[in-house]
Amino acid sequence: MISATFAYVRPGSVDEAVSALADAGEDAKVLAGGQSLTPLLRLRLAYPDALVDVGRIDELREIRDEGDAVRIGAMATHHQVLRDPLVNEHLPLIAQATATVADPAVRHRGTFGGSLAHADPAGDLPAVALALDAVLVARSVRGEREIPAADFFVDWMTSALEPDELLTAIRVPKLGPGWGSHYWKFHRTAQAWAIVGVACAVRRERGAIEDARVALTNMGPRPVRARAVERFIEGRSVSEDAFRSAGAHAAEGTEPPGDLHGSPEYRTHLAKVLTTRALTAAAAV
Amino acid sequence: MTVEEVGAPRRRVEDARLVTGRTRWTDNMAPAGTLYVAFLRSPQAHARITRVDTARAKERPGVVAVFGGADLAEEQGSLPCAWVVTEDMRHPEHPPMAVEEVRYVGEPVACVVARDRYAAVDALEDIDVDYEPLPAVVDMEEALAEGANLVHADLGTNASYTWVFENGDLDAALRDAPVVLERRYVQQRLIPTAMEPRSVLCVPEGDEFTLYSATQIPHILRLMLATVTGIPEHRIRVVAPDVGGGFGSKLQVYGEEVLALLLARRLGRPVKWTETRSEGNMAVHHGRDQIQRLTLAAERDGRIRGLKVDLLADMGAYLMLVTPGIPLLGAFMYNGIYKMDALSFTCTGVFTTKTPTDAYRGAGRPEATYAIERLMDELAAELDLDPIEVRRRNWIGHGEFPYETIAGLTYDSGDYESATEKALQLFEYDKLRAEQADRRERRDPVQLGIGVSTFTEMCGLAPSRVLGSLSYGAGGWEHASVRILPSGKVEVVTGSSAHGQGHETAWAQIAADRLGVPFEDVKVLHGDTAVSPKGMDTYGSRSLAVGGVALYSACDKVVEKARRVAAHLLEASEQDLDFSGGRFSVRGVADEGRTLQEVALAAFAAHDLPDGIEPSLDSDATHDPDNFSFPHGTHLCAAEVDTETGMVTLRSYVAVDDVGKVVNPLIVEGQVHGGLAQGIAQALYEEAVYDADGNLTTTTMADYLVPSAADLPVFVTDRTETPATTNPLGVKGVGEAGTIASTPAVVNAIVDALRPFGVRDVPMPCTPERVWRALRAEEEPDESEPGAGGGLGSADGGLGPAGGGSGSAGGAR
Repeated sequence: MISATFAYVRPGSVDEAVSALADAGEDAKVLAGGQSLTPLLRLRLAYPDALVDVGRIDELREIRDEGDAVRIGAMATHHQVLRDPLVNEHLPLIAQATATVADPAVRHRGTFGGSLAHADPAGDLPAVALALDAVLVARSVRGEREIPAADFFVDWMTSALEPDELLTAIRVPKLGPGWGSHYWKFHRTAQAWAIVGVACAVRRERGAIEDARVALTNMGPRPVRARAVERFIEGRSVSEDAFRSAGAHAAEGTEPPGDLHGSPEYRTHLAKVLTTRALTAAAAV
Repeated sequence: MTVEEVGAPRRRVEDARLVTGRTRWTDNMAPAGTLYVAFLRSPQAHARITRVDTARAKERPGVVAVFGGADLAEEQGSLPCAWVVTEDMRHPEHPPMAVEEVRYVGEPVACVVARDRYAAVDALEDIDVDYEPLPAVVDMEEALAEGANLVHADLGTNASYTWVFENGDLDAALRDAPVVLERRYVQQRLIPTAMEPRSVLCVPEGDEFTLYSATQIPHILRLMLATVTGIPEHRIRVVAPDVGGGFGSKLQVYGEEVLALLLARRLGRPVKWTETRSEGNMAVHHGRDQIQRLTLAAERDGRIRGLKVDLLADMGAYLMLVTPGIPLLGAFMYNGIYKMDALSFTCTGVFTTKTPTDAYRGAGRPEATYAIERLMDELAAELDLDPIEVRRRNWIGHGEFPYETIAGLTYDSGDYESATEKALQLFEYDKLRAEQADRRERRDPVQLGIGVSTFTEMCGLAPSRVLGSLSYGAGGWEHASVRILPSGKVEVVTGSSAHGQGHETAWAQIAADRLGVPFEDVKVLHGDTAVSPKGMDTYGSRSLAVGGVALYSACDKVVEKARRVAAHLLEASEQDLDFSGGRFSVRGVADEGRTLQEVALAAFAAHDLPDGIEPSLDSDATHDPDNFSFPHGTHLCAAEVDTETGMVTLRSYVAVDDVGKVVNPLIVEGQVHGGLAQGIAQALYEEAVYDADGNLTTTTMADYLVPSAADLPVFVTDRTETPATTNPLGVKGVGEAGTIASTPAVVNAIVDALRPFGVRDVPMPCTPERVWRALRAEEEPDESEPGAGGGLGSADGGLGPAGGGSGSAGGAR
């Protein structure tokens, strides 16, 4: 990697890390697994003054049970997450989506928290966090605060984190009995980003959908909740027609981008088809 | 008796070091005092350079020197084109570093030489270049129109040449033909993606230079470096150390190689440059990029009368080593394996403000094969025949070889019937056709298509006299030498330059068999002009069919010399000696004998040699083939097409290849697998996309999609074996077969799946969006083509409407 020059700090604890961030000023970046930041440095699309490498802070890698939620340390790697028993038992959507991220080499280095803090709307995990109403925990020398996923993704590759804040953990409410979920990723090659992705969780009771949470990947500058779909399907009996009619609302309120892999018009179409399919798969509990 | 090596699936002895990277990659080498080069490249497709200010960059720490094109104008010369295809070919000057004008994004305009790579790249940001923009020329058809903007103003046109080949009476074939198909196919531009990026290191030693380069062509490169720079050839040594793939992209004399030599001379220190992937995407020569207009005339029973090919080939901004000749390599392949009465081929080479094109795996032949194999499927659909049956009615029968084709080539051997029969069985063709019918009946959202490709190619480049008749600048022979060391071990030197093909294994297998020595006793040397002084290098599936045969002959010469020495030592006549298992014995007296190793030691000591025999046991041979070789095969692809999303999923792929005799089946299978991946990549994934301003928008691997194993089906491969009759090994070559065969097989499968919807074509690469749009264009034919937004394919004027839309105005007349 032939990047531009930067200062480099490797703190040993969260306290040291937030001090380092406070000292480093506006143009410091946190280096987590490096799978998104390193390419930006290599292509000289990012010129940070300093990198604060949190790779040696083991306390950030812990995944633990907090009763009604699972708390995932920000530095838990994708590989760790997708093999974790708590995640698989209570939040299979996260495991399933994580398995579609890039390739095994990337999944061994890349981290759950890093993917969220990067706030790439084409990333798979932001939409998943949004669908699951995750809460992101940030620390700074000023203290700790909790940011709901709905407020966390501000704009294209921009999160609600302040420059001196470190994302330390993500608290994700468990899905209880009756819930089914599915992440439908549509991409041209295994290692490519999603052209469109749909993260979907539904609670089924007596043949009807009682609760639905649907979020879309790469349908705008940030991950978006498909509220119109949720409103449409909640309370309806499970049927092919119901899912198709619900899917038809998927693109409402979105601003899909156009790029080499898909025009906005095509993404709009895909969102509808894939939402129908994701609802169908999630409801098959 | 030793085991037969030829035919054995030996694991490649070179792989451990290549796969781990613990080897002599050019970038792994750094002699003491090495300086590092970084290039500033043009961000403009076409512009006049009005100022290059290097003053600030020179002041930066670690920077040794900074040069603009003008600083090197006196000595840098012009990059060579060795294939002047017509007498009036327009051939512009091509300075390694632009001096007055830039003509593609990525063209070098300045360079920094520094003590490390970081300092070099940092300093690029302090070079100020002023450009006066000139119009980009992106579209070939527009480039040829009256009043078009010019890439090279002094040439007065964007056409480099027009080259014609005609045989038979095409007008007669077209006249009153019962069936005439007209089609327009676009061979999109591709970017070769070798695993090892280009890298060059030049080490000066007084007035001599050793240039290490990740190249396929150390011998040709040496000659061309001497020609371009004026440094005498015998003062330049070129080494291609281990090279991590090329696919044609390293069959080139690159400006960076010339400049490394000039900078090493100027500065008197070793200089090294290694490209980044995104730099390579702009500056490695590209492949394909042709527009094919095709007219096929046939009888109602499916027999072909004749074929007219009207080709535009994008040269890019300059003519590089063999740029203009690449499309012409396809000229003789448009007839495929079929008999016809007339063939007319016209190709115009067109300049555009894009990266120059040149050889890319298959080079001209994949394009031709795509055209004829797509047309065969179209003809079958037109006549409501099975695509296999249409081919059967046209192909050259097994009993008809040798067969002189309408293109004037003599196919020496082949057995299209057997290969096809085997492929149909492995594929379970009838069963898949039944499933296809069922899905059509059920209106399954996921439809099934079956694609056929019964291809051949001309390879084993090439008979020197044929290359001469095509005005190519060199011959096509290959050289090998064999020496038996005093200890009895064997060194084989080949002029062919391996860059991933496994020569060190296959050549040792050939030598072990011919000499009767253990495989482990053979060392294969290559890729260094000081070690292998004669050679024509590696491209065009030529290594085995030309270089392997040279080795075979050199081994036989060694055995003949050894026979004379052995006869002398055994006091027997040469005629009475048998040679078997590496040992000469007197016929009828089995214990009277000498091993080759004993003979070698005697020849080394030279105490008692027959009169007229020179000491040491060695020999060499040069092979110039009489003819090309013609591998062939039948490939069948089953593709599932999701009609709701446009996603194509390859369900199964059967490749039955006939590459003649096989030296190492594992290597052959590896070549087929890699070739298939590359051909499938053209069908589904890869495309170099330029916007209207001539900016390359696929500079990273996030935009230029190269498939991995995860994206490909399990390949079912098998072989038939019809030996080549034109060389003693019976080999044909396999390096390009998979790439050539697979692209049309995949697209034929996609179109086959969508035929009930009226779709007759999907432009490559068949992305999900293009497939979806092709379907929509047929469902809602009145709807005007919507704007693609920032979407796909500015290169072909929007998304390439399907069927009739893309200029396929054909059908029965």
